[in-house]
Amino acid sequence: MIQGKVIKYGHNVDTDVIIPARYLNTSDPEELAKHCMEDLDKTFVDRVRKGDIMAAGRNFGSGSSREHAPIALKASGISCVVAETFARIFYRNSINIGLPILECAAAAQDISEGDQVQVDVNTGVITNLTKGKTYQAEPFPAFMQEIINADGLISYVRERKKK
Amino acid sequence: MGMTMTQKILAAHAGLEKVEPGQLIMADLDLILGNDVTAPVAIREFDKIGAEWVYDKAKVAIVPDHFTPNKDIKSAEQCKLMREFAHHQEIENYFEIGQMGIEHALIPEKGLAVPGDVIIGADSHTCTYGALGAFSTGVGSTDMAAGMASGQCWFKIPEAIRFNLKGKLQPWVSGKDVILHIIGMIGVDGALYQSMEFGGEGLKNLTMDDRFTMANMAIEAGAKNGIFEVDEQTLDYVKEHSTKEFKVYEPDKGARYTRVIDIDLSEIRPTIAFPHLPDNTRTIDEVGEIVIDQVVIGSCTNGRIEDLRSAARVLKGKKIHSEVRTIIFPATQKIYLQAMREGLLEIFVEAGAAVSTPTCGPCLGGHMGVLAGGERAVATTNRNFVGRMGHPESEVYLASPAVAAASAITGRISSPEEVVK
Repeated sequence: MIQGKVIKYGHNVDTDVIIPARYLNTSDPEELAKHCMEDLDKTFVDRVRKGDIMAAGRNFGSGSSREHAPIALKASGISCVVAETFARIFYRNSINIGLPILECAAAAQDISEGDQVQVDVNTGVITNLTKGKTYQAEPFPAFMQEIINADGLISYVRERKKK
Repeated sequence: MGMTMTQKILAAHAGLEKVEPGQLIMADLDLILGNDVTAPVAIREFDKIGAEWVYDKAKVAIVPDHFTPNKDIKSAEQCKLMREFAHHQEIENYFEIGQMGIEHALIPEKGLAVPGDVIIGADSHTCTYGALGAFSTGVGSTDMAAGMASGQCWFKIPEAIRFNLKGKLQPWVSGKDVILHIIGMIGVDGALYQSMEFGGEGLKNLTMDDRFTMANMAIEAGAKNGIFEVDEQTLDYVKEHSTKEFKVYEPDKGARYTRVIDIDLSEIRPTIAFPHLPDNTRTIDEVGEIVIDQVVIGSCTNGRIEDLRSAARVLKGKKIHSEVRTIIFPATQKIYLQAMREGLLEIFVEAGAAVSTPTCGPCLGGHMGVLAGGERAVATTNRNFVGRMGHPESEVYLASPAVAAASAITGRISSPEEVVK
């Protein structure tokens, strides 16, 4: 079970603002985390706390395929992203590196900045503790759940190669 | 129920007779691609899998194109790691500086993408090869690593939007204008998780370079892939560039689409995407007075020979505005040489443009044309997000090579019709 305070953004948060390309000359997670969200919100890096949950509108993670984007979010302390919709490459990348992300339009729209939110990644149940409301996100298909249970795609492929 | 082109290609690569939208499949890969930003991450993940060798050294392509020629020490280290991996693994399709090009212009030119292929690349614009009737899509570094180790990748079978093209483009209108027009119509998430399938009687009036540009920007509408029906022009292109075996797939007559959109090519005007989203489009007639500081012509979207010819037709015998910096990037070494032989580079230099070696540099604010705060650029690239080409307070206007070239001369966003009488 994940629980944290929400940091909220709008629609079309693209990977160029999650981690600007000028910092892609490294793939060190700690280094990337220092510049996470910089071009959209300069205060993010200072105010994010370990375990915080990010909420956003439509098409979160659009643009570049840089895996540095979910890596930077995860390294900055974000424990989960809840959005109305995700761009598909970002969605794959997050699952593959083990950053839980849930698509739930009602929750994403209702949640406000600063709310305390609880997320059960296994069932897709999202509870807004501040507002006293519960939502059901689309649960992961069984196949994706296997990747998540294997702790990401690399472990999943490693196990399959052994068989 | 019939299948779309994409569904048929994915079914065949998963060894299935039929697939349904939403179905998860494991598909065999014909090519896996990475660059100097994404491959270093993939190589580290590949090492964690414990696979000694890539599954097929002829089916992996690695291109140092983003921060190359190396822009700083960190970039040089990333390229070194990638180069050493490519040499150790005896990757057949590693292209060093001097032979390389921007990956999405280079891969088709080298004949590595052909109709019916399933291709993944750790770069979002991998969707470009859909112009050849292949399924190709962008993924992240971890998918690239798993693909290199196993030769496979999982996919969710997408639904599709069908675009039926008719008519013929007006002078100075190109594939760039068509795709910007479409993105403006359906939005940056208008094709989210879906294929964009292009066909119809107007297809014959689009050149291969027009199609590469359009397939390239399918991702800017959120699409999983863009794909074009295969015609004589496609087959001529493939015969000229490739010796690979290929298979032509056609959509079934009863294929199901979420939307069918008719596009009359003759009605499209030169189209510009204003900051900060590619769907924020206006026609050239609605632009108003936008004064600019820089023009960039090139990239995986518009750095091909026809793009350069189009820019040269506008710039020939003219001088670029004294307050505009114009940088032109042929997308590959071959295109560079061709442009030189045709005298295009001379036209550019005479006009006052800087001509660069192939690199993705300026498109993503990497190097070779980074913008300062408050500056505006007209670029033939694919994204105009906040901070995309540099300072978060700079602005990028996406346009065709012809509009970019005309704007370079006048110093404000302009139509080629105004400049070339």
